[in-house]
Amino acid sequence: MKNSILEEKVPFWLDPDKRAIAYQALTVIMVGLLAWYLISNTLANLERQNIASGFGFMDKEAGFEIGESLIPYSAADSYARALVVGILNTLKVSVLGIALCLVLGVFVGISRLSDNWLVKKLAGIYIEVMQNIPILLQLFFWYALFYEALPPVKQALNPFPGMYLCNRGVIMAAPVSHPAHVYMFIAFGLGIVGALILKSWAWRRLTSSGKDFPVFWTSLGIIIGLPFLIWLLFGAPHTMDVPKLKGFNFKGGLMLSPEFIALLLGLVIYTSAFVAEIVRAGIQAIDRGQTEAAMSLGLKKSLILNLVILPQALRVIIPPLTSQMLNLLKNSSLAIAIGYPDFVSVANTTINITGQSIEGVALIMGCYLMFSLTTSLFMNWYNKKSQLVER
Amino acid sequence: MKRLNIAFICIISLVLVSVAGAGTLDDVRARGYLKAGVNGDLFGFSKPDKNGEWKGLDVDAAKAVAAAVFGDATKVQFTTLTAVQRLPAVQSGEVDVLCRNTTVTLSRETKNALNFVHPNYYDGQGFLVSKKLGVKSAKDLDGATVCVLPGTTTEMNVADYFRGQGMDWKPVVIEKTAELAKAFFAGRCDVLTSDASQLAGARAIAQTPTDYEILPEIISKEPLAPVVKHGDDQWYDIVNWTIMAMIQAEEFGITSQNVDKMLKSKKPDIKRFLGVTPGMGAQLGLDNKWAYNIVKQVGNYGESFDRTVGPNTPLRLQRGLNALWTEGGLMYASPIR
Repeated sequence: MKNSILEEKVPFWLDPDKRAIAYQALTVIMVGLLAWYLISNTLANLERQNIASGFGFMDKEAGFEIGESLIPYSAADSYARALVVGILNTLKVSVLGIALCLVLGVFVGISRLSDNWLVKKLAGIYIEVMQNIPILLQLFFWYALFYEALPPVKQALNPFPGMYLCNRGVIMAAPVSHPAHVYMFIAFGLGIVGALILKSWAWRRLTSSGKDFPVFWTSLGIIIGLPFLIWLLFGAPHTMDVPKLKGFNFKGGLMLSPEFIALLLGLVIYTSAFVAEIVRAGIQAIDRGQTEAAMSLGLKKSLILNLVILPQALRVIIPPLTSQMLNLLKNSSLAIAIGYPDFVSVANTTINITGQSIEGVALIMGCYLMFSLTTSLFMNWYNKKSQLVER
Repeated sequence: MKRLNIAFICIISLVLVSVAGAGTLDDVRARGYLKAGVNGDLFGFSKPDKNGEWKGLDVDAAKAVAAAVFGDATKVQFTTLTAVQRLPAVQSGEVDVLCRNTTVTLSRETKNALNFVHPNYYDGQGFLVSKKLGVKSAKDLDGATVCVLPGTTTEMNVADYFRGQGMDWKPVVIEKTAELAKAFFAGRCDVLTSDASQLAGARAIAQTPTDYEILPEIISKEPLAPVVKHGDDQWYDIVNWTIMAMIQAEEFGITSQNVDKMLKSKKPDIKRFLGVTPGMGAQLGLDNKWAYNIVKQVGNYGESFDRTVGPNTPLRLQRGLNALWTEGGLMYASPIR
């Protein structure tokens, strides 16, 4: 590889460029052969053992119930619908988990750098403990704590009117569905868009004229105020669906199952410890001089953090953060250990009943690949956006 | 690095090629021990005792196969499998035989490409509830929360049952039997549903077993049988006739205690059975003493039943359907001749 420069005409096996191409071609051929061997072997084996193959089973009746679902589902529905229920359950716990984990992680990460000795130590202990206990154990712990610590359904705790706590979960009163809710939801979305526009306008005004604008409070006002206004316009519908103990269980209201709560808690607490460390590292990566320079401008502490430190730290934080978010998403598949019907759990049951492991596992792999790629695509876009723009 | 990759690929290919080998019997013999899949959590059927020794009806079935193949019932390696893991484990050859309270169904024999041998326990699905609930019949369970294992016939039966009765319910599915029972005893669900024998097993390890009762309704037939994979008839025969031999031994009145005396029996069928007249074992590709070894080392079906799940064990199960056919049960071995 080294002495190719000395010779006049280099034989192709000594030319590093050509050799690299040859190696790569060889690797591709080997991998291709292996794939072909595995696939044809699998197909032949399936044929020999008379195992059905293909995705024909998807529209057959599933015949099993699922504990919780975002869309209507019964045992009479198809496998495809059951799998969709599973996917939605996975997304529900992952999206909520990622959001909570970011909030908690940033909070703990900043706390660890606090000047207050107690806050700093507490954050440190939290991080060390939670990072080092395997997540599966944490899940078992939260789940067991939930159903062992809380009373049975007949003696449910009632901390607030309309809210019950028992080993069947948290049951809350929920507003009876009303056409106003749709419009309120749209207003909420418009509020967020409005707040974003306001923010960029305020930033432009700040940079051109130096006048400050209370963006945070105005945005909050828009986001909460608009839906509230719509609610009033519809005559303030306030009928609540209050849960009542009927027969074996509470009927009505909104119910969060112990499985869901335990999984969410476990994922958020475990992952947030890692996020906290990433945030701390990100902040510490910023030179002390930046803080001192900002202080010499007379900026408040919160403004230093928001305007000087965090925007720079984000560049360091985002790439490892992406991988933590992916971890949370993938760890949600531990749900089956504590009985939360996530995608893997539903797919496993399907595999077991239909016996079509290969298709089932292919579906699981495909779905998680999709989730992961979407997440990292979004995060990479965000990373690009938040990178230092040199002027 | 690349050279490493290529070497790695070559090794994998070689391993894969060598896996596709001879029949299961030859594989088992060459390995020197039997690989059996068991539940591992199910008291009475398969669970290690305080000393770490495997005990149970399913464990006995696996030991009997080892006794028939090696003449040594201890040559078994047990693998614990969850309900979800068990069938793929047989298909992929991870275990040679699955002795894990698995129900015989048409789909499993066809689509899953498995073969069930003669059942070693006839069961049916029931409901276990706390007496405090005041429920007397499964028909009173409208709106109940039900704990059930995923990927089982039980999970589908209970969906069918509640749908058929027009009743509402909510499942809680947890993969591990022990975790599921814990959730039930903690009151996470109102009802635990499973095969009646498993409910008896779960109740036996409850803190106060008398607080719980099994409802009278039995909603399904669950013949539980050991499983092997499609396509190896000789291996199927060996496992099948091992179970038959245990039942036949009880019918003959041969026990682990009197089996040596029985070797001197004048009866031609017993002489054939115990290998005094050679031929039967050889037809299976085994030693002619195969049945002798099973009975001597593991015992006949009745002995195994009494020792593991019978009336004098914490499970307190009656023979019922699992009595010999001569005593009104379903245990009936085809003639060994």
